[in-house]
Amino acid sequence: MINYKDIENKTLSSIEKEYPFITSFYESNKLVVEENENTTLNEYFNSFTEEEIEEWAIDIDKIKEDMIIFINEMLSFLGVKEEVGVNSLTILPGQDKSGNKENFEELTINKSEIISIVGPTGSGKSRLLADIEWTANADTPTKRSILINGDIPDKKWRFSSSNKLVAQLSQNMNFVMDLTAREFIELHARSRMVEEEEEVIEKIIEAANHLAGEKFDLETPITSLSGGQSRALMIADTAILSTSPIVLIDEIENAGIDRKRALNLLVSEEKIVLMATHDPTLALMANKRIVIKNGGIHKVIETDEKERGILVQLDKLDAITSKLRAELRAGNSLNVEDIVL
Amino acid sequence: MNLITVSGPPSSGKTSIIIKTINSLHQRDLKVGVVKFDCLYTDDDVLYEKIGVPVKKGLSGSLCPDHYFVSNIEEVVQWGVDLELDVLITESAGLCNRCSPYIKDVKAICVIDNLSGINTPKKIGPMLKSADIVIITKGDIVSQAEREVFASRVHSVNPKAITMHINGLTGQGAYELSTLLYDEGDNIDTVKGKKLRFSMPSALCSYCLGETRIGEDFQMGNVRKMDLGGKND
Ligand SMILES: Nc1nc2c(ncn2[C@@H]2O[C@H](COP(=O)(O)OP(=O)(O)OP(=O)(O)O)[C@@H](O)[C@H]2O)c(=O)[nH]1
Ligand SMILES: Nc1ncnc2c1ncn2[C@@H]1O[C@H](COP(=O)(O)OP(=O)(O)O)[C@@H](O)[C@H]1O
Ligand SMILES: [Mg+2]
Ligand SMILES: [Mg+2]
Repeated sequence: MINYKDIENKTLSSIEKEYPFITSFYESNKLVVEENENTTLNEYFNSFTEEEIEEWAIDIDKIKEDMIIFINEMLSFLGVKEEVGVNSLTILPGQDKSGNKENFEELTINKSEIISIVGPTGSGKSRLLADIEWTANADTPTKRSILINGDIPDKKWRFSSSNKLVAQLSQNMNFVMDLTAREFIELHARSRMVEEEEEVIEKIIEAANHLAGEKFDLETPITSLSGGQSRALMIADTAILSTSPIVLIDEIENAGIDRKRALNLLVSEEKIVLMATHDPTLALMANKRIVIKNGGIHKVIETDEKERGILVQLDKLDAITSKLRAELRAGNSLNVEDIVL
Repeated sequence: MNLITVSGPPSSGKTSIIIKTINSLHQRDLKVGVVKFDCLYTDDDVLYEKIGVPVKKGLSGSLCPDHYFVSNIEEVVQWGVDLELDVLITESAGLCNRCSPYIKDVKAICVIDNLSGINTPKKIGPMLKSADIVIITKGDIVSQAEREVFASRVHSVNPKAITMHINGLTGQGAYELSTLLYDEGDNIDTVKGKKLRFSMPSALCSYCLGETRIGEDFQMGNVRKMDLGGKND
């Protein structure tokens, strides 16, 4: 932890050398460093005239305070990377909508595990996901508690914007930035202060192309990617670049992306994956299935070998659909003989 | 009564968030009222009425909406006190990036959406920079990466604020926000004598007073000229 006194008499260039990330703070707050490199921080702040302060709506005291908070947070954020991450997530029971205790004792999910959540609309699936995101501590309508690595979690998971517990993927998401795939990944990598930028970019694009039916390259604008390609890039980027240890998935459609590979990618990056889905293939790929009823966890079903056997049949169905899709794309007629189970 | 000022660019999701949050406050049997400040037009009062919330609206018309806000906030507070509200929320459309309606020692919330572009946090002045809580909406329609980049930009202009992601459509996150809003000990029965967090710029030129004709001859008062000579600033 540093405080203002520690840096007030340092020059802007020595501050930048010590805390390279400060440039993004200067930039966002429109503080001009050029030509002031050898000015001390105090001299720099004192150099603003009354008119400039009024004109650009600057609050010097607030900026000083913000700068210190920013530096301290970045220092602890950069430190966190080396710390032990999230190895497990535990859900302790609360109550359903009628106030009855939930029907399980304790559910622990470890990293690299996949959990599916099923239940009719309005049953409380989103509420469960929200409890996890908020690291509920018997203080939400469900009265559930969430533990991280077996302990009551640090409040940072609720409020810090660089330490979000949960990343989300859903089929409604689109890219809105006007950037190429390379620029997009670069931007994300920089906001995360990643050092091996080129390596990470290569890794993400390779992973995305491994998931997508049709390949694309780094110079493609992200807004012109197909649905499947966009989804593939989002998943690869979330798996590799997002800091969040838990990924919540709200259905991934079947078209244009290899969902099994997508889940494997997330798991191989040591994420905990939770997905609300009614797709049998996805549900069976999960290690466990949480059944929600009337706002409470009603059952936890482990996917056993017998159930998993169904996957083989489903894969065949998928293969048929893919083949038919490929025929359509190629402009051919479809044959009923192609449908053999 | 608790007073909360909510501000943010047009259509950023203020009303959606406030309504979803009020639902959670209602569950705790708190009486909530809303006053909407806008410039030319708003339908928000109808939305608030629909969920049974006492509501007033004020249109500033030809005046700056934030100046209009400060000139009326004391009366608005008295309206809330008379209704014996537990929580009074003001919603203002932040139309100008220079002003903000935040008052010292009154909870200030800025609502900003993921679709507004990653340079927006840099462009918005005191409305974002001096807020206590920043709500980021519309995360449901952009990618995880864009959400992360946007949040980090918000963070770098206001590291002190609590940043929360709320979905204005489903209300995910609104319950959580509601837990930060009401504090029994935090009682306000007047804002007389309180101060704005940030001065509002002085602007009084002939156009403020209704001038429509163009040309130097008609420009009086606080007029400033662009420098079209050299490079852009
Ligand atoms: N997809 C999505 N849409 C949202 C979200 N929040 C708000 N909206 C939509 O955005 C539009 C504007 O939302 P409002 O809540 O009216 O925004 P506002 O800030 O109150 O707007 P003004 O008061 O007119 O300035 C509406 O159509 C909302 O349904 C969100 O989180 N996700
Ligand atoms: N255990 C519970 N106690 C009280 N309310 C609950 C509980 N579980 C869910 N709810 C509420 O029920 C509503 C529907 O739940 P939601 O999670 O949106 O359902 P789903 O995502 O399955 O459609 C929400 O308003 C939620 O807050
Ligand atoms: Mg839901
Ligand atoms: Mg509104």
